[in-house]
Amino acid sequence: MNMKRTGVFVCHCGINIAGTVDVKKVAAEAAAQDSVAVAEDYIYMCSDPGQKKIQEAIREHNLESVVVACCSPTLHETTFRNACKAAGINPFQCEIANIREQCSWVHKDKAEATKKAIKITKSIVEKAKRNESLVPLSVPVTKKALVIGGGIAGIQAALDIANGGHPVILVEKNPSIGGHMIQLSETYPTLDCSQCIMTPKMVEVSKHPNIRLMTYSEVKEISGYVGNFKVKILKKPTYVDPGVCTLCDDCTDICPVVVENDFDLGLTGRKAIYIPFPQAIPATYTLDDVNCPGLLPIACGKCADVCKPGAINYDMKPEIVEEEIGAVIVATGYDLYDMYNMAEYGFGKIPDVVNGLQFERLLSASGPTMGEVLRPSDHKVPKEIVFIQCSGSRDPELHNAYCSKICCMYTAKHAMLYKHKVHDGQPYIFYIDIRSGGKNYEEFVQRATEEDDVIYLRGKVSRVFQDNGVIKVWGVDTLTGKNIEIDADMVVLAMAMRPAVGVQDVLKILKIATDKDGFLAEAHPKLRPLESVTAGMYLAGASQAPKDIPEAVAQASGAASKVLALFSADELMHEPIVATVDEDVCSACKLCIPLCPYNARIYDVEKDIVIVNEILCEGCGSCVAACPSSASQQRNFTDDQIFAMVDTILEGE
Amino acid sequence: MDKFEPKIITFACNWCTSAGADLAGTSRMEYLPNSINIRVMCSSRVDPQHILWAFRKGADGVFLGGCHPGDCHYIDGNYKTLRRIKMLQKLIQDFGIEPDRLRLEWVSAAEGKKFVEVINEFTEHVRKLGPLNIPADLSSHEAS
Ligand code: FES
Repeated sequence: MNMKRTGVFVCHCGINIAGTVDVKKVAAEAAAQDSVAVAEDYIYMCSDPGQKKIQEAIREHNLESVVVACCSPTLHETTFRNACKAAGINPFQCEIANIREQCSWVHKDKAEATKKAIKITKSIVEKAKRNESLVPLSVPVTKKALVIGGGIAGIQAALDIANGGHPVILVEKNPSIGGHMIQLSETYPTLDCSQCIMTPKMVEVSKHPNIRLMTYSEVKEISGYVGNFKVKILKKPTYVDPGVCTLCDDCTDICPVVVENDFDLGLTGRKAIYIPFPQAIPATYTLDDVNCPGLLPIACGKCADVCKPGAINYDMKPEIVEEEIGAVIVATGYDLYDMYNMAEYGFGKIPDVVNGLQFERLLSASGPTMGEVLRPSDHKVPKEIVFIQCSGSRDPELHNAYCSKICCMYTAKHAMLYKHKVHDGQPYIFYIDIRSGGKNYEEFVQRATEEDDVIYLRGKVSRVFQDNGVIKVWGVDTLTGKNIEIDADMVVLAMAMRPAVGVQDVLKILKIATDKDGFLAEAHPKLRPLESVTAGMYLAGASQAPKDIPEAVAQASGAASKVLALFSADELMHEPIVATVDEDVCSACKLCIPLCPYNARIYDVEKDIVIVNEILCEGCGSCVAACPSSASQQRNFTDDQIFAMVDTILEGE
Repeated sequence: MDKFEPKIITFACNWCTSAGADLAGTSRMEYLPNSINIRVMCSSRVDPQHILWAFRKGADGVFLGGCHPGDCHYIDGNYKTLRRIKMLQKLIQDFGIEPDRLRLEWVSAAEGKKFVEVINEFTEHVRKLGPLNIPADLSSHEAS
């Protein structure tokens, strides 16, 4: 064993450590270790004089490594490593012995605490003695971003990065960008028209020189690591050449196939060749090949026949586009909880029970009824209308346990807009609580009750059923304790928000973790809400949790600024505590390969061993622990270091 | 006779359990001093060799703390740990070591209290099991 010259510095931390640990004794015991050249104690090691003391000792005693016995490494490891670096020793030769959080603060008996502090310090000295000097690995950054999802969050993120001067690829699975926001009528709390504020942004995306918009496309494969991803994107054929199409609409007129229109959530139909909505971006038609009777002109071919400019091409093929990118923003959004899960509220059986998004379409000036509130079954104006909040939310037994957050606000808006259109109508809202935190939100709800006569009933609806043409809504008012029965003309369910349908497939490809509800998991619930656990992948919008438009926009801009910060450097630094392989010992059993979650383990055919891609390696050590021949080690967490630490802790009585 | 004071080695992952132990400290919770932490980046860095080594070198109990399922900083290291520990618990029986001298618990960075509880409980449990007496032929064998 080499006799590395180590210095040990024991901090009193005022009385935080010295109150329960005999710091002088810790220093004295440490000094007795063979590799320790000097051991000192000081009242505040992290203070400037404390750091100077360490630096002087490094010079005076020619130290090669430093152990500071103090608070948790999460607090001052960087401080002391920088101090060591400034004094000329490799920062990875500096280690922290945590004798505060994990010793002096959790024990009262001074003798016990001192004994434990000594063991902790000595075990870290043994580790430091075997540390390698390491240099962070540096990797170049590809300054191009991928944004997945073309709703408001994805659009905002793409625009921010593009305006920051970097190219962006915006991938959207549907034929147009716009997401759910473009379906909305008016937005709370200002009641401004959603399409009016959304379409300029959509146009900006389509015109931006830094944005490559790929609609009707899906991410199929991604490999690489932060700063250096390679992605394969599938561009599905639309069978229409947007450059040639003049938007004359002759094709939809002639198309004989009618299917449900997703944009209106089934309230209307659309043809097999269609434009999703008039302001769609890109402004062009898509031929949906699932519902088209045949791309063989022999089977139908009517649309191509009537297309005067000849924009329709049945031979268009799926295309795989490969791109190199440096960062990913996932903004895959939400869908509403499937109403078929809510049999108790009559959905599926009663045509006039609709969900919140369907009601948005009914309110929308560009919707199926041109903004008139007409119920789907007979197109009559509903005079008594019941809104049920928390449909599928806050119900851990049967549905989703979480609060979908936006429903209180949009239901107030629905009731208000309804009242603005049907002056003699009566809206009722069943609610559990009203959650109206947000700028001007509470005032908005107040306005609904005070100015628009919305009746709020606190309680749950137990049943919705049809009886002689009327919809019976049974519930309780928990404030009065009375049972309530309303004969309604229409019922609107404020359905829970769920992660977007089909998003699981994308997440599997991206290897992004989700929480228990399927929303994207953030790297830290409080301090890193914009990042996924995978470096270089960021989160925006309702894909991470239910949120409304301003929140989605704020998070998207936040994620974009993370990407811009990443792109501001030409090189990235990567932690060097990675796995290593002793080429002479590795027998290429390949056990380690499937264990690595980052694909950092690669079989080297020529050498017939398994090697480590140090840039991909995140340094967990799980492959190292599995190596049957100990050919693999983790830098500065080697078996020898761990054995030596165990020995030191267990020695003595 | 004095109360038997077991020696316990705790392997704590950097991101959850070690942070949870820090939180116990920050919250000034008190617990039994018998166990000393060795911080590793992930619970999956802990090699069965390390655990056997600890028993051989005189540990009466070995405790492993990792992130809750789904929370491992390295995606799924803790699942690997779980499988390894389950297997090792069977294996050590053949060496004459009670399987419950080896304990795996999920302790998150927010669970200072849980860290205190499981360490206290495990310490008392090992105290009840008494000192570990490994057959001499096993303990004298030098591991490579
Ligand atoms: S990081 Fe905690 S168990 Fe993997």
